[in-house]
Amino acid sequence: MLGKTANGLFWMYRYLERAENTSRLIETGQRIALTRLGASDEQWRSVLQTAACAQGYDAQHEAVTKDAAIDWMLRAGDNPSSVLNMVGAARQNARMVRTALTHEVWEAMNGTYMRLRAMLARKVAERDLPAVLGEIRQGAALVRGTTHGTMLRNDIYNFARLGTFLERADNTARILDVKYYVLLPSLMHVGSSIDNVQWETILRSVSARGGFRMEYGPDAGPRDIAKFLVLDRRMPRSLAFCTRKLRENLGYLGTSHGARLPSHGMVNHIETTYLSHGIEAVFDYGLHEFIQKQLALLAELGRQIEIDYRFFE
Amino acid sequence: MTETPIFDEMWGNDGQLRAPYARFQTWLDSEDPKRLRAKQREADDLFRLSGITFNVYGRSEAEERLIPFDIIPRIISATEWQRLSRGIEQRVRAINAFLFDIYNGQEIIKAGRIPRAMIAQNEAFLPHMLGLRPPGGVYTHIVGIDLVRTGPDQFYVLEDNARTPSGVSYMLENRETMLQMFPELFSRNAVQPVQTYPMDLLHSLAACAPESTRSQPTVAVLTPGIYNSAYFEHAFLADQMGVELVEGHDLQVVDGRVAMRTTAGYKPIDVLYRRVDDDFLDPLNFNPDSQLGVPGIMDVYRAGGITIANAPGTGIADDKAIYSYMPEIVEFYTGERPLLENVPTWRCSEPQALAYVLEHLDQLVVKEVHGSGGYGMLIGPAASRKELAAFRAKLKARPANYIAQPTLCLSTVPIFARSGLAPRHVDLRPFVLVSPAGIKITPGGLTRVALKKGSLVVNSSQGGGTKDTWVLED
Repeated sequence: MLGKTANGLFWMYRYLERAENTSRLIETGQRIALTRLGASDEQWRSVLQTAACAQGYDAQHEAVTKDAAIDWMLRAGDNPSSVLNMVGAARQNARMVRTALTHEVWEAMNGTYMRLRAMLARKVAERDLPAVLGEIRQGAALVRGTTHGTMLRNDIYNFARLGTFLERADNTARILDVKYYVLLPSLMHVGSSIDNVQWETILRSVSARGGFRMEYGPDAGPRDIAKFLVLDRRMPRSLAFCTRKLRENLGYLGTSHGARLPSHGMVNHIETTYLSHGIEAVFDYGLHEFIQKQLALLAELGRQIEIDYRFFE
Repeated sequence: MTETPIFDEMWGNDGQLRAPYARFQTWLDSEDPKRLRAKQREADDLFRLSGITFNVYGRSEAEERLIPFDIIPRIISATEWQRLSRGIEQRVRAINAFLFDIYNGQEIIKAGRIPRAMIAQNEAFLPHMLGLRPPGGVYTHIVGIDLVRTGPDQFYVLEDNARTPSGVSYMLENRETMLQMFPELFSRNAVQPVQTYPMDLLHSLAACAPESTRSQPTVAVLTPGIYNSAYFEHAFLADQMGVELVEGHDLQVVDGRVAMRTTAGYKPIDVLYRRVDDDFLDPLNFNPDSQLGVPGIMDVYRAGGITIANAPGTGIADDKAIYSYMPEIVEFYTGERPLLENVPTWRCSEPQALAYVLEHLDQLVVKEVHGSGGYGMLIGPAASRKELAAFRAKLKARPANYIAQPTLCLSTVPIFARSGLAPRHVDLRPFVLVSPAGIKITPGGLTRVALKKGSLVVNSSQGGGTKDTWVLED
């Protein structure tokens, strides 16, 4: 397959994953705002940070308000990471690699884009927000589902999956990066109501509140949340899960190309060095430092994949 | 000008239902117009969802437009089609022979049938191609012949498209849409299939691979990219053939071959179906500013390392000034009388013709020799006095730039308008594939329809739409 096509697939699925994650962050923020007395607009700052949108937002706004933050993340043309821009970019990449996609995947992508473009044409009223956020996630799920159900398990599929899991790992790491301090064991007021809000925010951001409670029980604390998001291989958004998927998909590519490339070594290194020990090792390393390291390694891995598979030259 | 009756392909000249439409009419009578209106909307949604859109040059990315699709099919009988396809095949053979001759020997000029200046001073003539014999001797692998009809048995060739004719994806998607929306119509009418086109195209292209190709030839489609107005079609055809869709920056000359950059290194291409104009094909040989082409591809081509479809320089055969010589060209190379008629054409480069054209401007259609897409032309009967005067000045300044033709009374086919069925003017572009294995014409083609009442301009860039075109089995 063409290097350009690999690049288009990789980014199509990255953008789509990011749009979905952003919608989940907004939904979490909105839920906290509605259900917690005393929740302030300032909590939207950390949502903006997690969505990697804070810098651009600050350049154009005096203060953080809920309405402005949501609008910025959903549909601001000036925000390259707004959902509308992401879905547009995913669809643009899909057009570029159209020959690599099945008809169903393309229609799911194009249909999602058309519906969201209509829904996000103007500012979203608060009462319409749940429907819009639902559409984003359903649209992304539809594309992923048609991909899963209709695409051959070949190189095309592997590049699509690499984009999905690299972006997902990055997103989970960013959630942890912004909220790491509420998971630190040294914090005095463990179990206070503030922390519970923060923990809930984290779990909701990865759609895993119920699953976490079920697996870790009612008394689970911050250390368990960290373990869940970093190391739990049952959790489809954890760093360990995503990294294993990255390793597997790179492995399939290695087999079909008959070549082991630097990115393969890199993903093995991430997995064995950082994600194969207990959560104690992570806290010994320093949770914040660990997450920073993961973000850097993921970025480096993305660049190496581009080079190994000739995305550009 | 005397009023000629307009020939309607469904209702004839006299309001009598014509035979090919008999079964369709029975079905139509039993249909609730409300349901049809809903179906018309459904068709638009289907097209939008499949992304069958074209980009409008100079507009933003958001401006992807649909070519309006009309749900009433145009129906052609088997006998009508047999006659037409014989004429098309003859014409395409002649065009190919003409191109071979123009670039190898120029017998037709030596025989005095075409003035030398017509070729030598023509912008579409490509001196790079002199002495070059493309694999299989095929210059025009894909041809579109634009036909118009004025009566039950009267067809004219309006234009030959020998460079990179477009629109075939609409022919295919129109049929898919009709099959999905009105399956019952296809149970009642035996319609000749068009869906084999992509595989026919692939086989036809593969059969034209360079002689040095040993295994299964590698075919690719070259597109100017995602912002090109016909990008959808390029992606569609590559997808349907199961070949790579490449852009200039995916390609490079490696070890004397044109190769595409894959995830596992460079892979040579044997046949390139290019949808990039000659001028942009090779910055080393043509327009040095082109980002769309492949530096050095012409050198590989000359050395026999790749087949370019269509060959560079084929524009000399569909130039509007050459068009007027087409009857002579067909006769010269086939030894037969042309089966398809040309529209009578005045070449304004000839003083007598120019005088006639200036005299009768309000009755004629005047076209630019190198123009396309319906731009830069004058439709005399519809023009204001001011427009006529302005065009008269243009004609006098550069007479050789223009040809003129009588205004033809194009046939109509009904469209499904808001008020019910209403006749609109149509043309037809059948698609022809040429390879050493033979000439293949897909039954039917693309019917373009002028949606505005009375309008004769069918171009999609100017308010034209399309219809599914049926050729019935016997």
